[in-house]
Formats: sequence, structure tokens, C-alpha cells
Amino acid sequence: MYALIALGSLALIFGIILGYAAVKYRVESSPIVEQVDAILPQTQCGQCGYPGCRPYAEAIANGDEINKCPPGGDATVKKLADLMGVDAKPLAGGEEAEPIKTVAYIREDECIGCTKCIQACPVDAIVGATRQMHTVIDDECTGCDLCVEPCPVDCIDMLPVEQTKQTWKWQLNAISVTQID
Amino acid sequence: MDTLLEQIELGTLWQFPGGIHPPQQKTLSNDKPIARLALPSKLVLPLKQHIGANGQLIVNKGQHVLKGQALTQPSGNWSLPIHAPTSGEITDIAPMPSAHPSALPELSIILTPDGKDTWTELTPVTSIEQLSHQALIDLIHNAGIAGMGGAGFPTYIKADSQRPVEFLIVNGVECEPYITADDMLMREHAEQIVQGIEIMQHLLTPTITLIGIEDNKPEAVDALQNASKHNPNIIVRAIPTIYPSGGEKQLIKVLTSQEVPSGGIPADIGVLVQNVGTLFAVSEAVFKGKPLIERVVTVTGSTITDARNVWALIGTEIKHLLDSQGFEPVEAQRVVMGGPMMGFTLPTVRIPVVKTTNCILAPDNSELAHAGEEKACIRCSACADVCPQTLLPQQLQWFAKGKEYDKLESYNLFDCIECGACSYVCPSEIPLVQYYRVAKAEIREQKIEQINAERAKVRFEARKARLEQEQEERKNRHSRTSSRPAKPAAEKAKVADALSRVTQKQGEKSAVQAAIERAKAKKMADGSVQPDNSEMMQEREKRKEQARQYKAQKQHDDTPNDSKSAVAAAIARAKAKKAAKLSDDQAIADLDTTKPCASETPSPDETKADPRKAAVAAAIARAKAKKAAKPSDGNVPEEVSETAKTHSDTDPRKAAVAAAIERAKAKKAAKLAQEQGSDEAPHVNNPESGSKPELDTADPVNTEADADPRKAAVAAAIARAKAKKAAKLAQEQGSDEAPIANNAESGSKPELDTADSVNTEADADPRKAAVAAAIARAKAKKAAKLAQEQGSDEAPIANNAESGSKPELDTADPVTTEADADPRKAAVAAAIARAKAKKAAKLAQEQGHDEAPLANNAESGSKPELDTGDPVSTEADVDPRKAAVAAAIARAKAKKAAKLAQEQGSDEAPLANNAESVSKPELDTGDPVSTEANVDPRKAAVAAAIARAKAKKKRKEQEGNDPS
Repeated sequence: MYALIALGSLALIFGIILGYAAVKYRVESSPIVEQVDAILPQTQCGQCGYPGCRPYAEAIANGDEINKCPPGGDATVKKLADLMGVDAKPLAGGEEAEPIKTVAYIREDECIGCTKCIQACPVDAIVGATRQMHTVIDDECTGCDLCVEPCPVDCIDMLPVEQTKQTWKWQLNAISVTQID
Repeated sequence: MDTLLEQIELGTLWQFPGGIHPPQQKTLSNDKPIARLALPSKLVLPLKQHIGANGQLIVNKGQHVLKGQALTQPSGNWSLPIHAPTSGEITDIAPMPSAHPSALPELSIILTPDGKDTWTELTPVTSIEQLSHQALIDLIHNAGIAGMGGAGFPTYIKADSQRPVEFLIVNGVECEPYITADDMLMREHAEQIVQGIEIMQHLLTPTITLIGIEDNKPEAVDALQNASKHNPNIIVRAIPTIYPSGGEKQLIKVLTSQEVPSGGIPADIGVLVQNVGTLFAVSEAVFKGKPLIERVVTVTGSTITDARNVWALIGTEIKHLLDSQGFEPVEAQRVVMGGPMMGFTLPTVRIPVVKTTNCILAPDNSELAHAGEEKACIRCSACADVCPQTLLPQQLQWFAKGKEYDKLESYNLFDCIECGACSYVCPSEIPLVQYYRVAKAEIREQKIEQINAERAKVRFEARKARLEQEQEERKNRHSRTSSRPAKPAAEKAKVADALSRVTQKQGEKSAVQAAIERAKAKKMADGSVQPDNSEMMQEREKRKEQARQYKAQKQHDDTPNDSKSAVAAAIARAKAKKAAKLSDDQAIADLDTTKPCASETPSPDETKADPRKAAVAAAIARAKAKKAAKPSDGNVPEEVSETAKTHSDTDPRKAAVAAAIERAKAKKAAKLAQEQGSDEAPHVNNPESGSKPELDTADPVNTEADADPRKAAVAAAIARAKAKKAAKLAQEQGSDEAPIANNAESGSKPELDTADSVNTEADADPRKAAVAAAIARAKAKKAAKLAQEQGSDEAPIANNAESGSKPELDTADPVTTEADADPRKAAVAAAIARAKAKKAAKLAQEQGHDEAPLANNAESGSKPELDTGDPVSTEADVDPRKAAVAAAIARAKAKKAAKLAQEQGSDEAPLANNAESVSKPELDTGDPVSTEANVDPRKAAVAAAIARAKAKKKRKEQEGNDPS
């Protein structure tokens, strides 16, 4: 009998402590949608079939395929697979595993100033006004392609991003040193 | 226990973990004094030679500069200037291969020395006490001094350290094999180096200054000890020779026993390290006023006959350095910039010496063997033993191979100093450092991408929020207006005005009048749908009309004649309205009654010009147009009246009115086409094609009106409306029963195009040019679509029809070129030409695929006519612009022909080719004439643009053709 009371009171005390700790030291874990969204490349290109990266993140959280993001390439698929605990699979639609990063370029002498591309740009990376020449802010362009189709005079090209010394990667050819006499 | 300072003063040295003893190879070059090179024939000066941003260019191509003159100007963000290493002329400013393992081009100034080596005016300082702290910092900054040990960190930032500096450490270790540049500098210029140290001491006030020199350089140690005798705060320390004791962190450890925290910098622990070369440059800059324009470079290796140190001007090409020291290249020769441990193989010897270049190593294949095959890791842990940073190279290697970047970071990859000791000792010849370098670059890139993604997300969300807000505002506005039940007539008119403005957004403001009319017409239509308040509306309409009439009278002090005409117009409108209402039941009967009215209207129109009147007439016309849209026939008489109207005298407004008329008609025709096309096309199409000519002839009249900038826009609108119409027509008919439809189309097209040419005849207006260009491109698109539609269904007849249209299409060109000279017009014509070329190209593709024989005949038949247009144009009086235009046309045609040739050639060449060959000569005669015209800079630009466009198209085309 005493044993029961003792154990019961102990259980109660620990229960209260645990309950308090759970409230007090609660760790805010970001919801899965946020985590998926953080992995996606944020090009907002809509190639996944959703209107932007976040909607796709929501869809993935609800069980959609993880291989619908061509701009992210295999790396993104791999990360998503790790996060979602599913198998990584090749990109849908036979896309290249390592996408070439591009930016839009407006041939300015051909631009008629229709503002259609401005309306299409998901990240406001195109500046211009009606009947004024438009141009793309390189640094802000995500290379999503969405401005190419609406252009009535086909004056937008998607150009690969030029490699600079900052983005250049070492090749695996070492200078080896050997002992000579 | 002594304090740290006491221990240091006692001469205690510490040891860093790991380290290796590679062969020194220093005797190759350290037995000869520093030589001075002959002036090279050219100097290549990259704008950026250090860590940070490059300065802004302050010289121009062709400018003559003096030795020591600044070529760029620092502009914040760690930027440093560069200076002319000798006097001479700047021959070019262009991207050139950079001193980087990738040799990626980088913007550089190319200086051709004049051989005089004339100094610019120098301002040496005799005593640093005279200068304020900031003045001294600026002096160092403007001398362009960056760390010369290898990293190239801007010295002025280090010298301006805000944190207290306890130990100033002078790095004279030079631990890499082969390199002796610092050694020789210390031997020959110890006094200047000590001067530089004293400047740093003045700026930083350290407790003590330690000079670290490896004990394999006794001469340098002696020289510095002698030079620094007078200064008790400078201690020279000979340290054990072990690689990589010259590393900043390692040297700090050896001299002070302190360790730089992971991810930190020496300033965190009160230490500042400067290279001896940098201090020499500081001394030169302060006491002699010389900016950093040259440095000591070790040129060494077994393939160099005279291996030694040289004073090389910044910007000297490596090739010049090698050649002047006697370079005997071996097979598979490599030239390494930097030492053998940390340097990189140069992809080319046409790379300049920069501020951080300390050694050029040209080894033969025995002393620096090519990398062997990478073998499997045997887990000997030799790499971990030698790592001076106590990292786990083997573990890092696995992660680098597996691209586990977060693991790499948690294993402190970024503490790796890339000294290469691990690779050096690896028995399996694994290029460990290369793996780390690749991984580091990858991680850095990922971080940049992460930042970019974050920014893109923020921008995307901001945009979404903005759009939502706009939508909300619009909705609010809408609901506010619709909530009010009854509006006074004046306000309603305002609303109508606004509405019309919205619809006219891309149109012109002079057409506001017309827009108001249209809005009313719409309202009228609504009225007919809702019979309940139609009476009210009519009443209101009438009242408004009267009010306006009154106003017009007041404003213009009108004659009775005018008011009469307005009244007549009002009557006409009332009738039209009535007719609209009744049209559903009694279409034909109404028509009869309204027609007399319509025929009445011309007479008032012929009276004096009044802007209002024209608008009124337009309204009438529109009402009729609407009415006519419902019954399918009987539109001919009306059009007669309309054309009559346009003959009335010139007024800017009228043009707008006429435009409105045209648009109304276009709409009507489009509707007609839809309705009829789907039901029983053959009959209907004939009347259609009949009606169109009239429609189009109205245009020339419009454009003949006097010059008004707006007019051009109006004309453009017309053209666009027509284009749309034609497109719709094509779709409808093309899918049902194309043959006849296409015939009709071909009939309509020429006229469409002639309208354009007339447009361009109107006098010069900057806007117009752009508009016309847009038209041309829009047409091109339309035509392309058309071609696809037809081509897939039943090409033979369609193609005939199309080819028939082309000649006319092209004859429009001469007309444009005959117009007077205007810079814009040239652009317009070019655009037209391009558009046509495009259209033709698509056409050609379509036809070529389906059934070439017939189509090709037709095409070849059209060409001669096409080409004869050119001579005429070129014979026109000589105008530089015109010539360019003609050239553009000729070239566009040439292209078309070329494409055609390709298409045909692949299918059934004999017939088509004959035709082609006939057409080509004519085509070519056009060009010479144009080129004889006098030279104009613009022309060249235009022609160049065209040529570029062509090249692109051709390339695309080839790509398209290849797979097929």
C-alpha cells in the first residue's frame, strides 16, 4: 500500500516536472514545408507544375514526387530524399542532372517596351516601363525562362552564366613533388 | 614561470604540429644578386590583383601615361589602385588571361612602353612624424600595396587595424622550396625593410616586433639583425626550417605559442603578420613616393639556364621573364606560378606578373614528376601526422569524394591552409589538397546560391503580396462604384471616360473622343439587352447629346451650319439605336430605313471642319457597324458612306475617328468570319474578300492627312486589329475548309501591307518608327502561325495563295524607301524586312516538308517580281539612310532565297533550282547600287545589326535542319 502511494506520488511529481519542461523548453522545429522550401532553388519557374517553389514544397509535404525540380538538379533531389526519407530518383522528364545556370538577356534594340516580360517575371528582375526599353538585372534573375514565351518580338535569350574566377572550380590535377638526388 | 613576453625575449621558440621537409632547391637562385630585366615590349595590368574589389578606371585607351601614374582609383570595398610600371601609351583595355589557375580573362590595361621610363612627379615623405595616422594610411592605400606573400590582402586595412596589436610579426620565413625572392630582398634591402617595419610600428604601436626567418637563410638573418640594431623593439628570430612554417598561423605558433582560433584571424589574438616584401613596398611608398609597380620574382627550375631573382615590373608577361633568363623547355614542359607546394601550373605563359607573384618555376620532368595515378587510400595516416592544422585529411578526403559538404564543414575543412603537406606524403599519390580545393569551391558556391535563393524567395513573396494588394484595391474600387445605384449623368460620363481610358491604355490620348463614343456604343448595346431601362437610357443619351452639343457651340462659336449637322447626327444616332434594338426581329426592314439616313450624313460632313462633328460621325458609323454585325449582309452601302466621310478636310481628330471606324469594321468582319466560317464558308468567304478591299482603301486616305504624331499610333492600332482579324480568320477557316478561305486571305494580305507602306510615308516621328517595327514583328508572328495551320492541313492551294500575296507584299518596300530621309525610317524598313524574312522562312519550311514541287514553282514565280523592286528603290536619289534600308531589304531577300534553296534542294532540286538561279542575279544587282551610296556611320550600324540577326537565324535554322 505504501509502496503504491510512494510510486504514485513519485510518478505524479515526475509527470509534473516533465510536463513543465515540455512547455518551458519547447523547441520550435520548423514545419516540413519550410524545410523543403529551404532546399528548393527558389527559381519560381513553375517547371514542377506548381506556381512557385513554395506550392511545390507544400505538395512534396503532402506526398508528391520529389524529382520534379529541373533547376535544382540531382543535388536537390538527393537532399529532398534525405529529408523526406524516400529514395532518390532521377529527374522526371529526362532533365539533365546538372542543370546549366542561365540568366535572361533582353536584346535591347529589339525591345518594344510591351511590359509583358515584366509581368511574367516572378522575382521582379526586369526593369522597364511601357514603351521604354526593358532590361534584366542579372544578379536577381533566377533563370526561370518565364519571360521568354510572353515576348511578342522574341527578343529575350537565356544565356548561360559566365564562369568567373570566383565560380571557377579546381581541376583534379595536382603538382606532385618527388625527391631527386 | 616567465610571462609569455619574457619567454619570447629569452628566445624561446615553439613548434607547430606536423610539417614536412621537402628538398629545398634554394641554392639554384640565391647565389646571385637581384637582376633588372630589360623593358618588355608590352605590359598587361589586370585591374584586380588582390583580394577585394578593383578600382575604377581613370585612364582611356590611347592615353599616354607616366611611370608611377595611377591607372585606377580606389572606390571603397577593399579596392586598390594600380599604377603604370613605366611610361608609355595605353594601347588597349580589354579582358586578358589572368594570373589564376583557370586563366579566365579579366579586364586588364595593356601598356606599350615608350622606352623613356619617365617618372611621374613623386612626393616622398622625409619623416613619418609629419603625417597624421590617416594620411599615412591613405598614402599606403594609394600606393596600391597588397600583401606580397601570396594572399594579396590590402595592406592599408591591416595597417589600420582598430584592435590592439601586441605582436607585429614580420614574415621572412619563405618556407616553400625553390623560392628565394624574400631571401634576396632581405639581404640587399634590409634597411628599407626595417624602415617599413618602423612605419608599421608607428601605425600599430605593438609591444614587440618579431622577425621570423628560417635558419637556412643565415645571410638574411645577419642583414636584418644589423639593420635593426638601433631599434630594441625589433627581435630577429631564426626558426627551424620546416614546411610550412611560413604559414601565418604556423609562424604565430612558432614565435608566440599562440594559436589563431578556428575561423578567426590573427588580429583576434592581438597579432599582425606582414611579409618582408610588403614592408619594403611600404617603405618605398612612404620615403620615396613610389607606388607598387615592381617586385622581386624568383625565376628558377632546371630548364632555366640563369636561374635567379629579378626585379620584374608588374604586368610583365611570364614569357618575357623566362626568355630573358634563358628558358630551354623540355617535353611536356610545365611552368608553375608560385612554389611547387602551393603554386599552380599556368595554362599559358602569356600571363602577367601580378602583385602576389613571387616565383616562376620551370622544372624539368625529373625534378617535378607528373602526377602518378591515384591509388586507393591505405589508411596509413601519414597525412594526419603531417597536417600543420591538425585536421583529419583522410576523413576529409572521404567526405570530399562523397560530396558530403556539411560533414566537411563540421570537420573544419575551412581551417585547411592548402599547404599540400598531406599530398606530399601520401604514398598512394592521392591529390588530397585538390579534393579540398574543389570541395571548398563547391561549398562556397552553394552558399552563394543559398543566399541568392533566399533573396529570390523574398522578392517573389514581395511581388506576390504586391499583386494581391493591387487586386484587392481594384476589387474595392469596383465594389464601391457598383454599390452606388443611380449616378448623375455627369458622373456617369466621367466613369465612361475612365473606362474608355482603360480600354485605350495602349492607344493614344487624342483618341479619347473616339473612346467615349465607343463606351457609349457599348452602353447602347447593353440597353438593347435589358429592355426595361432602355427607354431611360435613351432619354439620358439624348439629353447628354444635347448638352454636349450646347457645349460645343459655346466653345467654338459655331455657325448654324454646325449645329445643324450635330442635330442631324443626333437624329441619326437615335435611329441607329432604335435599329439596334429591333435588329433581332426585323433586321432587314430596319436596314432599309436606316440606310437613307446614313446617306444623309455625308452632306453635313462636307461642311467646315469641326472636331466634334467628326466624332459624331464616328459614333454613327459605329452604331451602324454594330447593327450590321448581326445581319450578315448589306454592308456595302454603309461603307460607301464611310469612305465619303474620310474625305472631309483634315483635322487631327479625324484620324483618330477614322481609326475607330476601321477597328469597328475589323471587329465586325472578324465576327462575321467566325459565324460564317463554321457554317457554310464557300459563299460567305467571297463577300468577305469583297468587303475587305474597301476596308483597306480607307487607310491611305487616313495617312494622307497632315502630320500628327498620334496618327502613327492610330495607324498602328489599325494594322494590329487587322492582323488579329486575319489570324482569327485563318484559324477558323483553315480547320474547316481551307482552300477558299486561303484564297480570300491572300487577297486581303496585300492590302494590309500596302497600308503599312503608306504609313511610313507620313512624316517623321520618333514614336512611329518603333510602332511600325512592332507591327512588322507582330505580322511576322501571325504569318508564322498561319503557315503552321495551313501547312499541316492542305498545303498545295494554300501555298499558291500565299505566293501570290508575296509580290505585292514586297512592292511595298520601294515605296517606303522613296520617302524622305529620316533616321528612324531606316530602322522601320529594316524591321519590316526582317519580319518578312522571318515569315518567308517559316513558309518555306512548311512547304518544303509537305509537297515541295507545286509550292516551289509558285515561290520561284514570285521572286522575280520581288527582286525587281530593289533597283527602283536604289535608283531613288542618293541618301545615306535610304541606301542602308535598301541594303537591308536586299539582304533579307537574299536570306529568304537562301532558305528556300535549302528546302528545295533537299526535296527535289532540279526544278526549283532553275527558278532560283534565275531570281538570284536580279537579287544581287540590288546590293552594289546600295553600297555605292555614300558612307554613313548609322548605316553601318543598321547593316551590322541586320547581319547579326541573320547570322543568328541561320544558325538556328541549321540546327533545326540537322536532325531532319
